[in-house]
Amino acid sequence: MTAATASNGAAAELPLIELYRRMCTIRAFEERVTELYRASAIPGFIHTSLGQEAVAVGVCGALLDADTIATTHRGHGHCLAKGADVEAAMAELFGKVTGLCRGKGGSMHIADPRLGIIGANAIVGASIPIAVGAALSSVALGRALVSVAFFGEGAVNQGAFHEAVNLAAIWQLPVLFVCENNVYAEFTDSRTMSRRPSIAELGPAYGIPAEQLDGNDVQLIHARALEVVAACREGGGPVLLELSTYRWQGHYEGDPQPYKPASEAAEWKGRDPIAHAQARLEEAGSARGDLEAIVSAARNHIAAAEAFARDSPYPAIKEAYLHVYGG
Amino acid sequence: MSMAAETRTVRYMDAIREAIADEMRADPSVILMGIDVGASGGIFAVTRGLYEEFGGERVRDTPISETGFLGAAVGAAATGLRPIVELMFMDFLGVCFDPLLNQAAKLRYMTAGALEFPLVVRTQTGAGRSSGAQHSQSLEAMLAHVPGLKIVLPGTVEDAYLLMRAAVRDPDPVIYVENRRLYGRRGGLPDESSIGLPIGSARTLRMGANVTVVAYSRLVEVALAAADVVAAEGIDCDVIDLRSLVPLDLELILSSVARTGRAVIAHEAVRSFGAGAEIAALITENAFESLSGPVVRVGAPSVPMPFSPPLEAACIPDVEHVVNAVRQAAAYG
Repeated sequence: MTAATASNGAAAELPLIELYRRMCTIRAFEERVTELYRASAIPGFIHTSLGQEAVAVGVCGALLDADTIATTHRGHGHCLAKGADVEAAMAELFGKVTGLCRGKGGSMHIADPRLGIIGANAIVGASIPIAVGAALSSVALGRALVSVAFFGEGAVNQGAFHEAVNLAAIWQLPVLFVCENNVYAEFTDSRTMSRRPSIAELGPAYGIPAEQLDGNDVQLIHARALEVVAACREGGGPVLLELSTYRWQGHYEGDPQPYKPASEAAEWKGRDPIAHAQARLEEAGSARGDLEAIVSAARNHIAAAEAFARDSPYPAIKEAYLHVYGG
Repeated sequence: MSMAAETRTVRYMDAIREAIADEMRADPSVILMGIDVGASGGIFAVTRGLYEEFGGERVRDTPISETGFLGAAVGAAATGLRPIVELMFMDFLGVCFDPLLNQAAKLRYMTAGALEFPLVVRTQTGAGRSSGAQHSQSLEAMLAHVPGLKIVLPGTVEDAYLLMRAAVRDPDPVIYVENRRLYGRRGGLPDESSIGLPIGSARTLRMGANVTVVAYSRLVEVALAAADVVAAEGIDCDVIDLRSLVPLDLELILSSVARTGRAVIAHEAVRSFGAGAEIAALITENAFESLSGPVVRVGAPSVPMPFSPPLEAACIPDVEHVVNAVRQAAAYG
């Protein structure tokens, strides 16, 4: 999913069919990962982004390969949307040596610095200041790169969020803060954990622009992301986007979710970002068969990635002792 | 280490500043940030003059926001900068441990070396001026317990300079621990030939055949003074300045203990679960046959550092404590 580059050095706008294709890949990846985890083929913890694909695809599609993202424990979609190799990402989840991090990171720690993916992170809120640091590098080294921090609304109650936004604001750094508001912070309804009506209203509190968008409308997200990323790149300072979406699955795979009203979950499933994009494509003349072929191709790709991961070896035991220090 | 005859004499704090300035001149990717490090020159004036020379883009004042700026330094280190961050007091680790504990220390490992973290965290400690329990702690053992961090603790002017230069050039996160009671100590700067040595070698500052005394930071000068006292009693100390806790120069310690058969470890941090306990265990595991008696530790008692001057004085390891420990060690065999 590498970025196309427009003549002005910014990422080119992607057609809806390409946004759709990318969302289908993430959907197929997450669905299969869920099954593999339940079958004990994947160890550890798994947090999927099913239902939230539009955020990852819309935002990452507005970035250049060298732009950086820092994300969370629920980061598979962001990493794939930024261009992470599907086979190597799957192998990482299996803990295999062919994984993006040689199996030493796992689901919560996928990274690929060659694609600007400076890491998923398992400490809620911790990646937000790290993204600010990447933006500081961009400015200090004259690189004109944009840094994106993906985080959930739960992380907004961490001090790290507030410190990071304030730092980016006073230094006017090229950071796009993307709050993926999926309603639940672990097992808790986020609306009960703060009296704030929205996350977006925190932007003006720190002197930065902010807005709230439908997090399930990939075209809308992509179009707006292209604009705000361009403004960041041109030195306009940080921007906060709150993208309203919904976490279809539990906090982690295996979470029985007694805290979620069934009617609410059903309502949000009716706002499936992929079905929404599909309907638009059909309205614009795409044949249903062609769109279904994209879904099948995505599933085949994931099946191939699974086979690659299963066939790959684990790292040699000596690797446990490597990479602690560089010198 | 040889010193040129014309070597200038500077203070420990000047040596730190000069090392930072020399690295910033040599490498444009080195930046400095922290609370008040800019035009105001830092709370102890260690960074005075750097803002004027390098400007506000490279010498950045931060808000009182340690999680934010330490976390940002981790991200900057991962993407091409070599940040030097000042954590004003070591005690403030309490508000920003995550960027060190879970980020800087682990991200290189978890990415199988794809990301590097050439980050220096300057901090300082030093009880003895009634700073109270929240501004007096030596917490290096807590950091040394976390794989992935390196910890240097200069005890001399020369090392204040050398270890800062080595820390900035190191590819890993290095915690550079100053002792504020050493800031005014004077000494010579090293000659050019010793610059660029990697972190991890201790050095012997005094040779002796009877008792090995291992120390670091301010306790180095305390150990040397104690060695003078016991020398009058016929006890000759081998005094080792560790310079870094991680990596630990175990080889030098063991070679000394092989000659002396007795060891004392002295630090300002609390004795319980401290660096001295780890080193004592390593000596016992690796050189038991050489030992004439138990390894003796000198450290602060396990109490928060008291404010009242006589109470504080009673809790800070000093010459008398090291002298007593050496006598205790020498009494065996």
